[in-house]
Amino acid sequence: MYRKKVISAIAAAATLGMLVAGCANQTAPSGTETSGGGSRVNIPAISKVDVPAGAVLPAGDGKGTCPSTTTLAYAGAETGPNAQLGINIFNGIQLAINQHNAANPGCQVQFKKFDTEGDPNKATGPVTQIVSEPDIIGVVGLPFSGESKATGNIFEQKGLVHITPSATNPSLTKNGWTTFFRALGNDAVQGPAAAKFLTDKLQAKKVYLVQDDSDYGIGLGTTTSAALGSAMVGSDKVVTGQKDFSAVISKIMNSKADTVYYAGYYAEGAPFDQQLVAKGFTGSFVGPDGVKDDQFIKLAGDASSNAYFTCPCIPGELIPSFESEYKKLANAEPGTYSIEGYDAVTVLLSGIDKGKQSRADLLSWVKSYDADGLSKHYKWDSTGELATPDVYGYKVENGKIVPIGVIGK
Amino acid sequence: MISEVIPTLLHSVPVDDTWITFDVNSFTQNFWSSTFDGLTFGAIYALVALGYTLVYGVLNLINFAHSEVFITGCYGVFFTLSALNFGPSAPRLGFWAIVGNLILALVVAIIASALMAVIVERVAYKPLRQRKAPRLAFLITAIGVSFAIQYTIYWWRGPSPEAALTMFRPLAIFDVFGTIVDSQQVVIIVAAVILMIATDQFIRRSRTGRGIRAVAQDPDTATLMGVNKEKIIVTTFIIGGILAGAAALFYVMKIPSGVQYNGGFILGVKAFAAAVLGGIGNVRGALLGGLLIGLIGNYGQVLLGSSQWTDVVAFVVLVLVLIVRPEGVLGSSLGKSKA
Amino acid sequence: MSTTDGPTLIPDDASAQEIADREAKMRQRKGWFPGLSDKWNALPRQTQWLILIVVVVLAYLLPILNPPLITTEPGNNWQIALAQMSVYALVAVGLNVVVGYAGLLDLGYVAFFALGSYTAAMFTSPDSPYVHIPYLWTLPLAMAVAMFFGVVLGVPTLRLRGDYLAIVTLGFGEIVRILATIIPAMKGQVGFQNVGHPPGTDSSGQTIFQNSNGTPWYWLTLTIIIVVLLAAGNLERSRVGRAWIAIREDEDAAEIMGVPTFKYKVWAFAIGASVGGLSGALFAGQVGFVNNQKFDIATSILFVAAVVMGGTGNKVGAILGGALVAYIPLRFTAIAEFKYLIFGAALVIIMIFRPGGLLPARQSLLAYGRLAYNKLKGAVGDIPPSGKVVLEPGKGADK
Repeated sequence: MYRKKVISAIAAAATLGMLVAGCANQTAPSGTETSGGGSRVNIPAISKVDVPAGAVLPAGDGKGTCPSTTTLAYAGAETGPNAQLGINIFNGIQLAINQHNAANPGCQVQFKKFDTEGDPNKATGPVTQIVSEPDIIGVVGLPFSGESKATGNIFEQKGLVHITPSATNPSLTKNGWTTFFRALGNDAVQGPAAAKFLTDKLQAKKVYLVQDDSDYGIGLGTTTSAALGSAMVGSDKVVTGQKDFSAVISKIMNSKADTVYYAGYYAEGAPFDQQLVAKGFTGSFVGPDGVKDDQFIKLAGDASSNAYFTCPCIPGELIPSFESEYKKLANAEPGTYSIEGYDAVTVLLSGIDKGKQSRADLLSWVKSYDADGLSKHYKWDSTGELATPDVYGYKVENGKIVPIGVIGK
Repeated sequence: MISEVIPTLLHSVPVDDTWITFDVNSFTQNFWSSTFDGLTFGAIYALVALGYTLVYGVLNLINFAHSEVFITGCYGVFFTLSALNFGPSAPRLGFWAIVGNLILALVVAIIASALMAVIVERVAYKPLRQRKAPRLAFLITAIGVSFAIQYTIYWWRGPSPEAALTMFRPLAIFDVFGTIVDSQQVVIIVAAVILMIATDQFIRRSRTGRGIRAVAQDPDTATLMGVNKEKIIVTTFIIGGILAGAAALFYVMKIPSGVQYNGGFILGVKAFAAAVLGGIGNVRGALLGGLLIGLIGNYGQVLLGSSQWTDVVAFVVLVLVLIVRPEGVLGSSLGKSKA
Repeated sequence: MSTTDGPTLIPDDASAQEIADREAKMRQRKGWFPGLSDKWNALPRQTQWLILIVVVVLAYLLPILNPPLITTEPGNNWQIALAQMSVYALVAVGLNVVVGYAGLLDLGYVAFFALGSYTAAMFTSPDSPYVHIPYLWTLPLAMAVAMFFGVVLGVPTLRLRGDYLAIVTLGFGEIVRILATIIPAMKGQVGFQNVGHPPGTDSSGQTIFQNSNGTPWYWLTLTIIIVVLLAAGNLERSRVGRAWIAIREDEDAAEIMGVPTFKYKVWAFAIGASVGGLSGALFAGQVGFVNNQKFDIATSILFVAAVVMGGTGNKVGAILGGALVAYIPLRFTAIAEFKYLIFGAALVIIMIFRPGGLLPARQSLLAYGRLAYNKLKGAVGDIPPSGKVVLEPGKGADK
């Protein structure tokens, strides 16, 4: 009998609780979260992007020959909290390799994937395995800055060339590695471009900067805050895996910032944006390439309509030939860095076709490479940086990410 | 006034900036909002702490698997609300519809948690009791069960947190010194207090409650007096499960993206710290301990700059309490014959 | 007690002995290889040493042999796998001192492991601003730091009951991990790269101890394990070891008999902590990169599982358990993700059905143990129901 009493007490408590909520929540929430105050600047989306005329394609001239054991590898996230960023890349690579093998019957290059979960700790094992397999003569990876930093030495010791399609931390090329090449602009470029975008295009007067604790977040946070200067009214840190952002959000609300810039990945960026909007923030939310993904929209829901992104990646979905082929392979639109992955492996494939089929040969091929890819011109300096990479801007429209043009050099 | 005295005091402490930083300005600015947030979390901890405290009082066992009982409730809430089309955006439903959905989710969470609690007891603890195993074995098994369940969830759902679920858009209720207290916080605190009172009354006045107190005091004499020890043990686990299920609903309400395979673990340790702080076996102590841990943790977080200081603070409090006053603030009283 | 029958008869010698035998049999911890332990003890000491030497030589040859079925390749490099297995074995030996000898459940052992790793990293990595010392000096330094924190943690909490100690150590394990994240000087997720290594270059000028070559690290750790084993064996047979057994079996009785329980508990904790720190430093050197992601509570539980599986209280069992815990996820990469699930469930099953583990600790007299044991066994055979033992001359086992 007393058990019944307890259960009815609980039910009463619950109902009482909901009633209290109800008293304060009289009107049903109406429609989408279109932000009230603060006029949102409207920047139109672009619909096409220029492709260099003589871009090198994986198919090459169809006459390549190579031993059947020739292998290229991908090392990076396939599973884990930010897996989508890795999946986008290796789909791009797979597309290029498929196109190459289809066009070159005499040269069937194999492709092996090694999962690091994007975690610098878990990366050393797979990378050690890669360098000890003699058939692997080139690597596209690692996508994240932290894991690239942790494994760069291993590649260097064994002279294996690796091109990263997405790791943007500037210090990666300052280690004196001769085997590391970056297929995109780094954060020393992205940071100032983002700052310019915030103050010029978005007309932000008070920016609050939040960075996570990863190598990538810290590096980008540093360059962006330096470039923002006095436009930044405050900064704070969050931790990987953090779920509750109420402390940071109170500080943001107290500072009356009109824009938030988040340097980190979408796994934390999405709940952060969602909680930010739920607490009543009406300004814009700007994130870098680590946040720019459909997963962000899915995880943040309606709150993501206030989001803009900066990315040293070009909108691969606007190149019709690439987009249709990618869709056939992966059953999805090209994602962030898909096209950079595609171009990076094309560089390696063109070397293999020209007979560079040992690690040393392929390394010197990449060092002296000077040609166009679909996304940009590829010519590396002695440290492994590209000459003049672009930074693009993106925004969220109707639940999809659309490009809004180049935002800085 | 206070906002001037404290900074001067703290700045006189020579602390190297790269080891610990004290952010006093932030603390004084955000004092009230961190207080209410702290009380909200504290209410959740208190509900979970009760599960620990009752089982410890009756069985003298730290039920490490209680954090998994809690997270099972969270998954119950998640699946129910997802099926009802709740998502990261606030739902477009009328008031009564939301209340109805939430009550349904609450019931599912309670059932899931209670079920998991009973399963843990039957599968892991009962065989050991039958074999009269030493204390060490119980503890090792408890932690083994906790991990087995966590990683079963990992196997089933993967490492990433589940999609966020917003239950309702919190509206401001009243204004305290410039800080807004919203309906979400009020709901959680009020509901938790009501549940604690209900449990307290149940333990003190009902027949089963008397049985629980009897078994906590002296199991063999209780058996001689006609109390069915096995039934009492199962009932204790069920009560812990019910409260954990309610806590699960409030937790998902407060932290929408918190449903993850290891989401219960840290919360469990903090709740145990709360139970010890208030006095093991003491129902009111669990409430007090929970609120204190929530408050102190939040203050520590704002003062020291990172959200993870809440965890460190909770552990430090636990160690200090165990050293200085192991019976807790209100003293352990489950086994005492208070009528 | 029945009210219709007469009073129960006082049991006489025979049935009393039966009852005692039955209870002793129930309490006896059976391992997985019941007959092996008896056979091992019956061997003469020289044969035992001979077999041990062969085993040790085989162990040293393992990275070169790369046996086909056992090897972890192609999934994981075999030499690095061996290096990791040896580090885990060392950890298990250390934890065995705390959990197995003294009976103190330490659920946060990974904290000492982390302290050792960070010590090695902060004093050898170019990323750290502190004074740099040669790597081999960080090994004793790591042991000292870990021992210090072991004492600091132990002194206030070892007066508590066993359950509270478990949760306090659990908390301590988490605190060290969290502090590694939030204290800026410890560099959180970015971590320390290029942790140092012992000196030495081979004929072609390359350093011997590289991150990608597991063999020299494995040999180094194996040597250290042997040294630690000898030390632990000595401790087992000394007064400290006997005190630990007394504390483990019944602390109150030990206290009454005059054993200074608190002092020896702190010793156990400190010794276990120092071995944990040592293994952390070795691990940091082999992997070369230290950050806050590796030292979570799940790893602590893996360590406990290693000791429990191998045999609580048996140092050889601990080595076996540690090596297994590291080996299984590396060999069977398909289930590597689920290793915590497997070992968590294994803990529960072992505790219920076979609490002794693979190689349970022998319940035996430690001083003159083998001598007395064999004398009794050889001279007596079975003990007759009357309980009277008659020693027949000439029927004993060898000296």
